[in-house]
Amino acid sequence: MGLFIVRRFVAAVLVMFAISVLVFLIFFATPGVDPAARIAGRSATPQILAQVRHAFGLDRPLPIRYLLMMDHLFIKQDLSSYVNIGDRVVPQILNAAPVTLSLIFGAAVIWLLVGIAGGVVAAANRGKIIDPIITFLGIGAISVPAYWLGEVVLYFTQSKLHSSVFSWAPGSGYVPLTQNPGEWALHLLFPWLTLASLYAGIYARVLRAELVNALNEDYVRTARAKGLSERRILMRHALRCSLITVVTLFGLDVGALVGGAALLTEVVFGLPGVGLLTFNALENLDLPVIMGAVLYGAFFVVLANAVVDIAYAFLDPRVRLV
Amino acid sequence: MSDARVSTPLLEVEDLRVSFNTREGLVQAVDGLSISVGRKEVVGIVGESGSGKSVAMYSLLGLVRDANVSISGHVRYEGREILGLPDDEMRSIRGRDVAMIFQDPMTALTPVYTVGWQIVEQIRAHEDVTKAQAHARAVELLGEVGIPDPARRVHLYPHEFSGGMRQRVVIAMALSCHPKLLIADEPTTALDVTTQAQILELLRRLQATYDSSIVLITHDMGVISEMADRVVVMYAGRPVEVGGRRDVIRTPRHPYTWGLLGAVPRVESKRTRLVTIPGVAVSPLDLPPGCAFAPRCAYRFEMCDQRPALRGDDGHLDACWLDPTRKVEIRRRVTETGVVS
Amino acid sequence: MTDSSVTSTAKSARGPESPWRSSLRQLWRNRPAIIGFFVFLVVVAVCLCAPLYAHYVAHENPFTSNIQGTFRLHGRTIHVLQQNTQGTGLGVTPIGPTWDFSHYFLGADNQGRDVFARLLYGGRTSLLIGTSSALICCAVAAVLGVVAGYFGGPIDWVLSRIFDIIWAFPIYLLAISLSVVLLTTGIQFGPIHVGAGSLLVPILIIASIYVPYVARPLRGIVISLREREFIQSAIGSGASDTRILLKEILPNVAPSIIVFLPLMVAFNLLTESALSFLSIGVQPPAASWGTIINDGLGLLYTRPAVAIAPGIMIAITAISLNILGDGARDAFDPKAKLRGSV
Repeated sequence: MGLFIVRRFVAAVLVMFAISVLVFLIFFATPGVDPAARIAGRSATPQILAQVRHAFGLDRPLPIRYLLMMDHLFIKQDLSSYVNIGDRVVPQILNAAPVTLSLIFGAAVIWLLVGIAGGVVAAANRGKIIDPIITFLGIGAISVPAYWLGEVVLYFTQSKLHSSVFSWAPGSGYVPLTQNPGEWALHLLFPWLTLASLYAGIYARVLRAELVNALNEDYVRTARAKGLSERRILMRHALRCSLITVVTLFGLDVGALVGGAALLTEVVFGLPGVGLLTFNALENLDLPVIMGAVLYGAFFVVLANAVVDIAYAFLDPRVRLV
Repeated sequence: MSDARVSTPLLEVEDLRVSFNTREGLVQAVDGLSISVGRKEVVGIVGESGSGKSVAMYSLLGLVRDANVSISGHVRYEGREILGLPDDEMRSIRGRDVAMIFQDPMTALTPVYTVGWQIVEQIRAHEDVTKAQAHARAVELLGEVGIPDPARRVHLYPHEFSGGMRQRVVIAMALSCHPKLLIADEPTTALDVTTQAQILELLRRLQATYDSSIVLITHDMGVISEMADRVVVMYAGRPVEVGGRRDVIRTPRHPYTWGLLGAVPRVESKRTRLVTIPGVAVSPLDLPPGCAFAPRCAYRFEMCDQRPALRGDDGHLDACWLDPTRKVEIRRRVTETGVVS
Repeated sequence: MTDSSVTSTAKSARGPESPWRSSLRQLWRNRPAIIGFFVFLVVVAVCLCAPLYAHYVAHENPFTSNIQGTFRLHGRTIHVLQQNTQGTGLGVTPIGPTWDFSHYFLGADNQGRDVFARLLYGGRTSLLIGTSSALICCAVAAVLGVVAGYFGGPIDWVLSRIFDIIWAFPIYLLAISLSVVLLTTGIQFGPIHVGAGSLLVPILIIASIYVPYVARPLRGIVISLREREFIQSAIGSGASDTRILLKEILPNVAPSIIVFLPLMVAFNLLTESALSFLSIGVQPPAASWGTIINDGLGLLYTRPAVAIAPGIMIAITAISLNILGDGARDAFDPKAKLRGSV
């Protein structure tokens, strides 16, 4: 098992390296993208351009530039933004991270509860009317553009029904947990619900499919022959075996979200998280921030992949071989 | 059928019919099966795949979960009608009075729990004992079925056992509540020949120890000849021959049984080729109006267009219109020449 | 359960039927899936009629500004952009839905353009991008996945590492990164030059990022097929690789590809709309459902129809495709794992 973990992490590090090279190439090696011109502005003279190039190390060959950037990013940690010159990249990301984490934490709790409950209810009542209803709701949840849903929620809570039903709903923005927990939760309530709806739909459908499969397995037939109740069979045998899939999926989803995949929700609700930071950086072609934010995101995805692989080995005794 | 001396049979199945309403039509999986199982008796049910032998036993215990099924007839356990009982009442019979083990030991146990946990689960579902007591009994049971070092092995997961060992665990679990009847659905089919013999030996020993009855479902006449006290031969959902083991194996009276027995290679026989029954198993969707075996039977005649009833004497019944003397004659010829035609 | 062995013996004794026909028949019987398919076709047809509508019914050009424009409704002349009477009384607000098919059915946007006509045109763009990128993605993924799975060895290793790296990249970030970069410069691969405004840019970007999603499962299927007896015997009997690939592997992989198609169209549609919403997908003057939602942001509290209508269209299209995809999976590849998120 130990060897398995070590090998898994080595592979993760290699993938991270490859991703950093890929990001670097996309932004620095694509013909036509000249960071110096963007920084210096439209009316820059060739001298100013040359100065900028030198100051930002843009006149060095590609591999050197890559190493310089990695050095500034990780070792010296003094990489600063091209756009907001002076703003350091790493602190920016670290400041934005708690917002994203708050968003994901609340949404994850909601979507796990709703998704798992939905999947279990649908599977336990398969064939009855509630089953296709849940399936349809699940399909609806994943077919709706997340950002559009956010806008619709904003419309109803801020405008249409603001004076009547939703007068308590706050406008967009974020209140830190340490400052005021009540406001923190209130401001995050609708973002949580919006983000959770997408994933709850996915999880309910996946779990239902897994449960229905499990209920057709031989070991369930044995459990019935043992005289166990359907409820116990569903909850203790079928669910336990199906949760493996759900847990691995959850790990991957959380990894991607922590890394900034929630950016659309953040944009719509005005939450200054990593996703919004990344998006602004991308719009402005603020290359160091992009580099930092994308690497940060990729790190969590890769980490989540590795953790999920290891967790799978814990959950499924059959996999604990090496 | 029951002799006045013998007490009420443990299990009495009367005219069991099971059909499935499929898109292609009505599939009559079991068509009028009647058997009785006495105490300490081993009844063997033999037939090809699709003959309905497994479905019959599943419906007995209410294990058929298809919404399109309809089951009729009577099933009495210790005199009490159990067919059609609501699920929560059946549950106290399943696993406690009547246990069932299945064909494939590799997939029969839940992969994420230890074998000990699963045996304890069954015990505590039916008896009011503490976990520690159930655990101790689980260890005992594992030892009884021949698993070495049971105290350690009880903590292992199913995938850590070999096929034969897993089947032993399944048997141990099935017998954990001392059921009076064990239904074994092809318990050795997925195992190699040596393990097969060991498992059968184990079942025999346990049957003697626990005084339980066994219904043994198989397609292998060899297994029948080793284990069964009485035999039911099924074809296309219908019983075609019923009788004591000696009667059915020594003096079979139905052409299908002749085919089945002929297919068992015997060392001392004069035959040089294995016998096969021509044709393929009939589709339960296209049953002929008369005898189901007629299309494949070498001896059919006009009577066979009518469905034969199960008739006979001395407890040896068969469903074939052929004259008894003719049957004896054909049987002698088949045994000598090895040709079923 | 054993009852299926009884019924399957019953069916097989009836005679063989081509697996394609029986799958198609099963799909045909799945009413929700067929409804989904027809809804999708209706949406496509309606959107394709965009030019007809704009020309013959609305008599508007939905791409040019019409700020000073007026139109006649019930005999009265109405300004498209109206003076604000509420709040501060400053500024103009476009007209809201008239619910009249011939004029501004859903109202106007802040450029005075007919929202409904733009919706139809936008639909053409979105559907075009969605379906073509799905087709390209599935085709490329099929080739790469099958090649990787069948030939194994170094080819497989290289391809799998490429898939891993692309997939390890947070998927939306990759799409956004590529879009941001390529939208300013276009794509230049030697002689191939794709302009920055061309629709091919989002099509190719969206197609490429989802290739691992489709290719990896297909590769898995091919690997398990490779070990099965009928392939082994084909290899043993000296059949060439091409022959085996075309006659044995491809027909067995095809059902999975078929199942992926409607789902990928739905995913790609949603991805394109997200990119367009962020202004890095479809570029003006072209419109897509995503860009219209973006247009409607400023009008969200006054004229919500602009932002809400395209979302409803996306939802209807994606829901019908997902239902069709579910039905396709049940009919063609019931063992396929239900893939949740992307």
